[in-house]
Amino acid sequence: MSIRNHRARRMLVTLAMLASIATLGPAGAEAADQAKILIKDFMYQTMSLTVKSGTTVTWTNNDDEPHTVISDTGEFRSSALDTNETFSYKFDKPGSYRYHCSIHPRMVATVVVE
Amino acid sequence: MSDDKVLLSRRKALKCMAYGGAGTLFVLAGGVFAPVDLAMAADDKRGTARLGKPLFVQISDTHIGFNKDANPDVNGTLTQTIDIVNGMSEQPALIIHTGDITHLSKAAEFDLAQQMLARLRTTELHTVPGEHDTTDATVAEYFSRFGKASNNKGYYSFDHAGVHFIALINVLQFKPGGLGTLGQEQLDWVAADLKGRSSSTPIVVFAHMPLWTIYEPWGWGTGDADQLMSQLRRFGSVTVLNGHIHQIVQKVEGNITFHTARSTAYPQPLAGEGPGPAPLKVAHEQLPKMLGVTSVTVVKHPSSLALNDTTLA
Repeated sequence: MSIRNHRARRMLVTLAMLASIATLGPAGAEAADQAKILIKDFMYQTMSLTVKSGTTVTWTNNDDEPHTVISDTGEFRSSALDTNETFSYKFDKPGSYRYHCSIHPRMVATVVVE
Repeated sequence: MSDDKVLLSRRKALKCMAYGGAGTLFVLAGGVFAPVDLAMAADDKRGTARLGKPLFVQISDTHIGFNKDANPDVNGTLTQTIDIVNGMSEQPALIIHTGDITHLSKAAEFDLAQQMLARLRTTELHTVPGEHDTTDATVAEYFSRFGKASNNKGYYSFDHAGVHFIALINVLQFKPGGLGTLGQEQLDWVAADLKGRSSSTPIVVFAHMPLWTIYEPWGWGTGDADQLMSQLRRFGSVTVLNGHIHQIVQKVEGNITFHTARSTAYPQPLAGEGPGPAPLKVAHEQLPKMLGVTSVTVVKHPSSLALNDTTLA
């Protein structure tokens, strides 16, 4: 029973996260300065995220394995994020920002700032 | 191999499963290295003595700081490993740690790991970092503790008992999307280090990530390792030791023997099983068996060292 509840709760949390991501496109005016990216199953779950300048993006690691968020060109760099730890960075300048995980360098994704 | 030998190895392998994460013992026998399971060594002291004096023990992937379901007590399994090494009838001359000493490169994790490793009766410890040890931008935590041997470069060499040891770093120059990298500067250093050395000198090379490509999609390999191997091929006995993948995989190519060590912390899946090389969760009572499973074949004579990629798992 407790396992089932736990699973259900986790599913709700996941759904809530997905919902929050869904509302966050450039069109989501009321929350336009915040965006979230989930790290799960050795992937940045949003491979390419487009945000407006001034947006703070927060990554959350959902894996049991640590990951990092490191700009290919050095603009930002997280420490090793353990399970459920987060890293945030505010994107002030338009451009395309590629980043990767230094522990698993095949994990790559991009934030596009308009 | 005779049936008797097969049965013997199988029985011994089953015995090994009773132990947790142990290192791998290497003994020098006629200039060739024979990997022997540590648990077996502790159990069969006379057998170990027959193989020769233990030269060194390889410990890998201790991941101090890890606390997830796959092994909530990595300190306990490292302690168990150290107890096994300390219990060996003849102590190895040195210990090699092939990286991922810590899980998150945190100062407290390094401090604890150092305290624990200081319990080893063999005090000569040589290390290389894993990618888990170098997540701070300047690698200051690792180098402030273990950087002296390499002047904070990460690569260095030393000699012991006529064997030339080369420690390499392949976790600093990751190209996004790629494998580990040695880099031209380090490759040039190896060339200079080997220059003029007799090809009869036994060589041991150790680095964290495998120095041959085991599974490219998970980064289990080193992109420019071929340039290293071309420098090593002229030597009569080369042993390449790595960690990183938390399981034993072996290969023999000419005079070069490749071997990856088990972790003392937690197992990882076989290449390609699942979304990535995540800590493998197994039933609590299964964990020591997973950590203890070894594919190392017992050899009684150097000529039978062809390792044949044997697996018992």
